[in-house]
Amino acid sequence: MKDIKPAILLFIIFTIICGGIYPALVTGVAYFLFPKQAAGSFITDKSGKVLGSTLIGQPFSDPKYFWPRPSATSDFTNNAMASGGSNAGPTNPSYIRTVSDRIKTLRDTGVTGKIPADLVQASASGLDPHITPESALLQVPRVAKARGVSEEMLIKIVAQTTEGRQLRFLGAPRVNVLVLNHALGS
Amino acid sequence: MIMYDWLQTIILFAILIILTKPMGIFMMNVYRGECTFLSPILCPLESLIYRICGVDRQEAMGWKRYAWSMVLFNLVLFAALFVMLMVQHLLPFNPQKVPSFTWQLALNTAISFMTNTNWQTYSGEQAASYFTQTAGLAVHNFLSAATGMAVVVALIRGFVSRKTASIGNFWVDMTRSTLYILLPFSIIGAILLVPQGVIQNYSDYKTVPLLQSTSYDRPKVDHKGIPLKDTAGKPVTEHVPIQEVTIPMGPVASQEAIKELGTNGGGFFNANSSHPFENPTPLSNFLEILLILLIPASLTHTFGLMVGNTRQGWGVLTAMLLLLVLSLGSLQWAEKSGNPLVSRLAVSGSNMEGKEVRFGLAGSSLFTVATTGTSCGAVNTMHDSLTPLGGLVPLSLILTGEVVFGGVGSGLYTMLAFAIIAVFISGLMIGRIPEYLGKKIEVTEMWMSILVILTAGITVLIFSGIALVTPSAVASMSNPGTHGLTQVLYAFASMANNNGSAFAGLNANINFYNLLGSLAMLLGRYVPAIAVLAMAGSLAEKKYIPPSLGTLPTDRAPFVIWLVLVILIIGALTFFPALALGPGVEHLMMIG
Amino acid sequence: MSKQSQQPQSIFNAALLKGALRDSLKKLDPRTLWRNPVMFCVEIASGITLVTFVMSLTGANREPAWFTGTVSVWLWLTVTFSTFAEALAEGRGKARAASLRKSRTYVTAKRLDKAEFGQNYTTVGASQLRKGDLILVEANDMIAGDGDVVAGAALINESAVTGESAPVIRESGGDRSAVTGGTTVIANSIIVRITANPGETFLDRMISLIEGAKRRKTPNEVALEVLLIALTLVFLLVCANISPLSIYSVKQAGHGTPVSLTILVALFVCLAPTTIAALLPAIGIAGMDRLFQKNVIALSGRAIEAAGDVNVLLLDKTGTITHGNRQAVTFVAVGGHSERDVAEAALMASIADETPEGRSVVVLAKEQHGLVRETPQDAEVMEFSADTRLSGINLAGNQYRKGASDSIIAFVRKRGCTTVPGDLTEVVDRIARGGATPLVVCKGSEILGVINLKDIVKAGIQERFLQLRSMGIKTVMITGDNPLTAAAIAAEAQVDDFLAQAKPEEKLRLIREYQEQGYMVAMTGDGTNDAPALAQADVAVAMNTGTQPAREAANIIDLDSNPTKLLDIVEVGKQILMTRGNLTTFSISNDIAKYFAIIPAALLSIYPQLGVLNVMRLASPFSAILSAVIFNAIIIPMLVPLALKGTRFRPMPAEKLLIHNLLIYGVGGIIAPFVGIKIIDMVIGMVV
Repeated sequence: MKDIKPAILLFIIFTIICGGIYPALVTGVAYFLFPKQAAGSFITDKSGKVLGSTLIGQPFSDPKYFWPRPSATSDFTNNAMASGGSNAGPTNPSYIRTVSDRIKTLRDTGVTGKIPADLVQASASGLDPHITPESALLQVPRVAKARGVSEEMLIKIVAQTTEGRQLRFLGAPRVNVLVLNHALGS
Repeated sequence: MIMYDWLQTIILFAILIILTKPMGIFMMNVYRGECTFLSPILCPLESLIYRICGVDRQEAMGWKRYAWSMVLFNLVLFAALFVMLMVQHLLPFNPQKVPSFTWQLALNTAISFMTNTNWQTYSGEQAASYFTQTAGLAVHNFLSAATGMAVVVALIRGFVSRKTASIGNFWVDMTRSTLYILLPFSIIGAILLVPQGVIQNYSDYKTVPLLQSTSYDRPKVDHKGIPLKDTAGKPVTEHVPIQEVTIPMGPVASQEAIKELGTNGGGFFNANSSHPFENPTPLSNFLEILLILLIPASLTHTFGLMVGNTRQGWGVLTAMLLLLVLSLGSLQWAEKSGNPLVSRLAVSGSNMEGKEVRFGLAGSSLFTVATTGTSCGAVNTMHDSLTPLGGLVPLSLILTGEVVFGGVGSGLYTMLAFAIIAVFISGLMIGRIPEYLGKKIEVTEMWMSILVILTAGITVLIFSGIALVTPSAVASMSNPGTHGLTQVLYAFASMANNNGSAFAGLNANINFYNLLGSLAMLLGRYVPAIAVLAMAGSLAEKKYIPPSLGTLPTDRAPFVIWLVLVILIIGALTFFPALALGPGVEHLMMIG
Repeated sequence: MSKQSQQPQSIFNAALLKGALRDSLKKLDPRTLWRNPVMFCVEIASGITLVTFVMSLTGANREPAWFTGTVSVWLWLTVTFSTFAEALAEGRGKARAASLRKSRTYVTAKRLDKAEFGQNYTTVGASQLRKGDLILVEANDMIAGDGDVVAGAALINESAVTGESAPVIRESGGDRSAVTGGTTVIANSIIVRITANPGETFLDRMISLIEGAKRRKTPNEVALEVLLIALTLVFLLVCANISPLSIYSVKQAGHGTPVSLTILVALFVCLAPTTIAALLPAIGIAGMDRLFQKNVIALSGRAIEAAGDVNVLLLDKTGTITHGNRQAVTFVAVGGHSERDVAEAALMASIADETPEGRSVVVLAKEQHGLVRETPQDAEVMEFSADTRLSGINLAGNQYRKGASDSIIAFVRKRGCTTVPGDLTEVVDRIARGGATPLVVCKGSEILGVINLKDIVKAGIQERFLQLRSMGIKTVMITGDNPLTAAAIAAEAQVDDFLAQAKPEEKLRLIREYQEQGYMVAMTGDGTNDAPALAQADVAVAMNTGTQPAREAANIIDLDSNPTKLLDIVEVGKQILMTRGNLTTFSISNDIAKYFAIIPAALLSIYPQLGVLNVMRLASPFSAILSAVIFNAIIIPMLVPLALKGTRFRPMPAEKLLIHNLLIYGVGGIIAPFVGIKIIDMVIGMVV
């Protein structure tokens, strides 16, 4: 029974250290060194108005915007308050139907040939800010048509927005949809 | 593509192995109570803690007292978190005014975090306040990890000690694990993650405008919350336009670092480490995988150093690496092959359902294998949406007891229990009463090793069986047929092995899973942990037998391969029928 | 017991089989079978299939009766095969025990009141003798119980116990005083003090040990059983889990039938480690029996297992490493004499010497120099005495002597010799350094040369030690010799270490020292003064010729009193452990094939896709399940010979041995059932 005292006291001490001091310390250092990232990597327009976070994908369905990956968040797609994937099993018939519907939507916009998987399969977080460069290029004709601009110009913008592998070997090449669509607006 | 996948993998392993040695030495010094480079700062703090708590750091404990202290401490952990969750709405740092948990959910969550499982049937951004996240869940992340480390250190001492009853002092091991290992490396990890974009603040949730507004149809409900239906029986909906979204905030980086380092895995957000605020870039992903594997891998070297033969540690690490490479290869192959049901709709590329573009196939596969080979359970990929054989990989890694590096502490002690079983059979095969690291393996060691490696498996078999014939449990499945079966199997595998990842389509926030799952987590954590301590006590009392030519060397290739085979065979024999009826049949159906 | 019955018995001898069959049925009694928990579970499973069979007959179960019936029959056979294996192993022991017991029937004893010859005695039955009683045993009497000779000496035939027909001498005092009940005095009379009550005698203990009646599970057996019980439990749950799995799957798939109880039970029995569990008791009993065939009695199974684990062997030099006696190997001349002169003088000095050393001198003189002499009639034989420490003869005024260097020098000095040959000391030292004994030879006052008396290391002993070393066993030679001699012999025999000028207390100290360092120590001993060391050693082998205290302190008795037996004992100990390990591996490896046979068969109705798992292409679900069940059953009797004989032991380093056994029993254990089940399936196909 004499071990009850250290059990309780040790817990309290570590709650203070690990639960109070530790996050506070990290917050302090983070704000001192990386204030932008610590706050959420928000982008603003010239007037300082917040346009969104580069890390949190936004929903787009208008033909004049590049579309992001499908999102399975509840209520509406890319709902940041309800992050999560579809959790659809690979043989689930309703999931296969959903994928077929997405393909049909894309085909209706004039897409031919093979469609990259990331454009018809939902992301893990439901907030994936990126699509693959192939998926972006696939949408160029549609966006060009809707906006009445040349495809070459769009291809150039896509190329400028494309991020390569980090440190040259990590991850996959990708295009940030929100950044790309803001780039279109200007 | 393939080249980059393997390049990333090879570089990760290379860094991990390079770090194993210094980290292993560092941890050995910590547990031997020797000076480390952190001592000048932390020694006074450590002494102060002992003085306040009335701990005599010289006092040696027998295994029973050590186990009792562990249980007692974990009871305090449980009680504190349970109460905190029940009164969450009354506590500070709650900018979103989130309400309290239901008692069933609080029970499940408290047990989940206390047992290092971090199974979550709530959604972090919607249900937990900043206070709960930091002062509750994060503290448990530290202390449940430290508990695992204390247990494995006690076991190592059992191997090293000769004819003594003592296996160390639980309070000292706890304190030193947290203070010298988990805390400093969490701080480093967190600060490395922030520049990548992991947020760290206490701000209110932020509302931002949408570039293109959207809308959705919301089902109308009456004042009791029951959906309204029109005369035709169809649900009545209302059109809701959306011009802006709310983005959740919070002290994520500090949480993320310890969640990976302590192989806890409880996500700050519902999407866990696939959420861009938890894991924003390929580099953050790389760092997080490294954090998951760092302590479990290095503990093998600490083990080797403490038993006086580093080759023993490298041998265990090699066995783990073999299993890891095997799993990783299978997973990458399965996911790269894609889902034929989708690809025949003229879709190209690997299976992307439930994956994030930025990580690439390697980043997703590595994370998946790392998180289930250890008891972490954080996910950057939705395991539920992996191809059947792809999903079989994390499931198998969990079912074989999470020994591919394993949870902090628990992975190594489970691996050592497997080693004891392997030594026992192979020892007999060479005509000797089996011995491991100079200690005879007798009845006590066999019982305890069996408890360590089979408790979780037995729990999974019984509980998943019950679930499959319980209507409410079946109704929770989000996918029909064989995949639903796999969801249930995965759920209990994850809970009983204290992993915490899920085939998350399963709606586990019902009484059945909350309560039975709590029991599974308790059994899966404490039966093995106490068995390990009992074994440590028994080993410590034995005399040491020096190795001779007749002793089977356990630090060389034949034994390492045998160990891997024993792990695979025990796992396969226990779960062959269930895996055949789950992922097996689903795969056959998928390929038609 | 005659020498003949110790020939390795054929395992399948008709009378033995009949007895074993009867016993195996008796052993099916659940009250005794529960001691083997795995087989006990199989028996319950068999009972369940009996019920499902009856239900099939009455129509309560929709499975065909021929199927449930056949499964039930084979499951019962599985249990019976296991009890049969045990009964067979015990049966072999019982046959030996019976012949031992015969030797004790109707023994009467002549009880005395005082330990003096010529007194009146009372005749009592052997069963009435108690510890401390004195009995008189005369020629042709059978000794009624274990005891010590307190008066007299006699020639005794111990063949009843040892199987050795050459009589041995037992006398009061000293190290040869112990007699065993059941042996017969051939000549002379002795008075024996009984040291064991009836039922506790050596013979009684032997009988009960051999019969296996008193056999207790060894710690290692229990540890293995823990593993087997755990596996059984897991497989029980696996099979129980298949039920909800299949019920759920039927609902989801919309067709098929859940896996039936009969199939679940059949699967359980196939998966449970029945092969090793069935043979486990037989392995231990048979191991003891094999030792007994080598005339070694282990007083507990634990002792044999410990023997398998020994890593230090303390071996007495004399008798184990060297032939008991030193032999002359060369003559060395000194002081300018010829070697032939030395040989001649040595021959003369030894001609009347009947000791083995003396005989070897005579032989050497003949071999090397063709010298042959008869003992002259008029010779005065001077026997070795503690006073002079010399021996030889006086013949025609010539005094031929041989002896230790200092004794001979004293002898010749007394006879007027003033100068000892200058090279004598050098020669004597050289021989002593070589581990041999120099015997100096003189004729009258003249020293002629030296006989090199050497301990002859047994042929082949070096290889044996080399093997032991490769198995990780360290050999330590124990000798009373001086360190110089000991070192030389140790080097020649290639032992790892030696203890020279060993006294009993030093032996004890040495054993403790090794044990402190964690070694398992085995030793042999016979004298009373060995008893403490024997008691301390992990494996203590007492010679049957040894004293009662030595035998009491030991845990293994060697009836042949042959110290090299220790090596055989180690081998049998290892064999027992290896057989257990190999059969465990085999048993578990078998499960893979059984899964591939039964799972697709059981689930085919729900998911036809699972047909791909039917890699053996078995004809039908029923025959697949039956084949697995039958294979599982008949593998037990097929492995009985292996269990009884033990897996072959080859001395090689641990790692190589492991790989070797893994290839045979692991890989073989995976492949064998695939082949076996397929063959049985084809046979069933032909019959049905």
